[in-house]
Amino acid sequence: MSKTLVEKIWDAHVVKSEEGFPDILYIDTHLIHEVTSPQAFDGLRKRGLPVLRPKQTVATADHNVPTLNQLMPIKEELSRYQVDMLTKNCAEFGIELYGLGHPFQGIVHVIGPELGITLPGKTMVCGDSHTSTHGAFGAIAFGIGTSQVEQVFATQCLLQSKPKTMKIEVNGQLGKGVGAKDIILYIIAQISAAGGTGYFIEYAGSAIEALSMEARMTICNMSIEMGARGGLIAPDQITFDYIKGRKFAPAGEEWDKALAYWKTLYSDADATFDSVLTFDAADIAPMITYGTNPGMGMGIQENIPATNAQPEKEKLSYQKALDYMGFDDDASLIGKPVDYVFIGSCTNSRIEDLREVADFVKDKRKADNVTVWIVPGSKQVEQQAINEGLDKIFEAAGFQLREPGCSACLGMNEDKIPAGKYCVSTSNRNFEGRQGQNARTLLASPLTAAAAAVTGVITDVRELLEKVEG
Amino acid sequence: MKKFTKLTSAIVPLNIENIDTDQIIPARFLKATTREGFGENLFRDWRYENDNQPKADFVLNDPTYSGQILVAGKNFGCGSSREHAAWAIQDAGFDVVISSFFADIFKENALNNGLLPIQVSEEFLKNIFTAVETDPKVKLTVDLETQTVSIDEQVLPSGEDLGGAESFEINAYKKSCLINGYDDIDFILAQKELIEEFEKR
Repeated sequence: MSKTLVEKIWDAHVVKSEEGFPDILYIDTHLIHEVTSPQAFDGLRKRGLPVLRPKQTVATADHNVPTLNQLMPIKEELSRYQVDMLTKNCAEFGIELYGLGHPFQGIVHVIGPELGITLPGKTMVCGDSHTSTHGAFGAIAFGIGTSQVEQVFATQCLLQSKPKTMKIEVNGQLGKGVGAKDIILYIIAQISAAGGTGYFIEYAGSAIEALSMEARMTICNMSIEMGARGGLIAPDQITFDYIKGRKFAPAGEEWDKALAYWKTLYSDADATFDSVLTFDAADIAPMITYGTNPGMGMGIQENIPATNAQPEKEKLSYQKALDYMGFDDDASLIGKPVDYVFIGSCTNSRIEDLREVADFVKDKRKADNVTVWIVPGSKQVEQQAINEGLDKIFEAAGFQLREPGCSACLGMNEDKIPAGKYCVSTSNRNFEGRQGQNARTLLASPLTAAAAAVTGVITDVRELLEKVEG
Repeated sequence: MKKFTKLTSAIVPLNIENIDTDQIIPARFLKATTREGFGENLFRDWRYENDNQPKADFVLNDPTYSGQILVAGKNFGCGSSREHAAWAIQDAGFDVVISSFFADIFKENALNNGLLPIQVSEEFLKNIFTAVETDPKVKLTVDLETQTVSIDEQVLPSGEDLGGAESFEINAYKKSCLINGYDDIDFILAQKELIEEFEKR
């Protein structure tokens, strides 16, 4: 029987399937961090249970770590306590921890791939909704709640109903200045912040196949922003080349065996999806969001859609979002002053993102009205940026290269955007207060963020790229 | 896990769409390492000014409304997977959340804590909002056994009755967990041999 990629991986991990019950799905790899795990460890203690497979569990501290002076004790008491709890819990239950000071520390969704822990065909979970990132390798990866973290600790399995499948094809060639972040913001704007709920999405088509692994991670990362539990991309030579030689990737005979299996991981030609959507890459412009959910995005040259054009029952919520942002409907954002630029998060903090920004800002200088934070996704990314001299370029441009963590994506540490200020952010959520109480977030690609940093206003990066070439 | 069978209660209406878990419980309150106490920060930034003064116009601060049922616009609980959102709602005294659409992870988190998420049609949701607008004390009855939610009889001066009932879907296994207070870990651990067999494959 022909199957989709999701079905192939899912079926290979079903421990038990019974009518009227969710499947018992085996989980190959469980990633954990300090925020969503402490109550799960407590649950185990109450039940008197061990972590069933500690070797299949990997921990890091990322959500509320400082991004300056990381080797000093964390100043904020509750954050310090939470990070200390993770250290204590990992020691007690025998889990490998890449904590502060470890050369592998970083955002959980950045370190999994770079260490070769994330592999095609795996099932992976984490108490974090952006776990979908790992789907870029052709894995079933999704976010779970803390009760489910406890479930995976205790059983290495998860009770889950098989999701519906959606294929999103993006074909053709991307325009200049348009990247993976623009593709995914465009798709979410087209299908809304709830358009993927209940589905696992497979991204396909020539524009997706042409992307690097890091760009594919940006796409899969934001699947949850349209409600989809996960998103994945069939592994190919680009995937295999990325994995080969990484720290925990299979090697030697194991590699050959794994590779042979990975090459079977694609949706059969006649497999049926519950939903199929097709987009043309040429229609995608650099994107920016204007509202308070990631579905409220538009091409940077467009005007904010009119409130009156919204369905009647949505008008109230729509206008509330614009009021929060301090924007008028039917207005353009071009030329709008910005206060902060944040380049980081599990969406866009990898070395390619940093290289792209460095390449653009070389010999340029940030505008005086803008504070720019660059927060690398991991210690390895940070080190590589320094090795390549990117830190010098950022310094000369007035951009501050900080230490790795989730940082201003959700402002659990000190990296908060002040109330009322505008931040062009490469992160994934523009919810009210996400980056700090009453902070205003505009989601965009690293290039669009860098352009705003340099001009101090919302800018169509294509115009700056043309100047250079012209 | 907390059991649930049947509930009749007044409701707290929150007619806003796409309420994300960052609104339900902002990230700065996720630093606690226990499950208790999140209720006081439920909808923190909608409920309080920056100087911690309650915002009089927010529904949770309006004594007109009370009850154990929260009713909200579509796509409730989108965004972050934080289970703290379900804990906060429950800790604030709610046993049921009604919406026309729930985000997946929130729904699972709620069910894993004995907080019942009920998805109703857009039309029925609108009826509930109209009913509570007409009479803030209107009650709903949620019966998990029969999988129905009903609005108490409420006849308008025009003679129109806003009452009515609708059935809702719930996975049969999850329903039995709620009624009996079972949780998933007990269920999976009962199959431990199967897990070990699977690992040998």
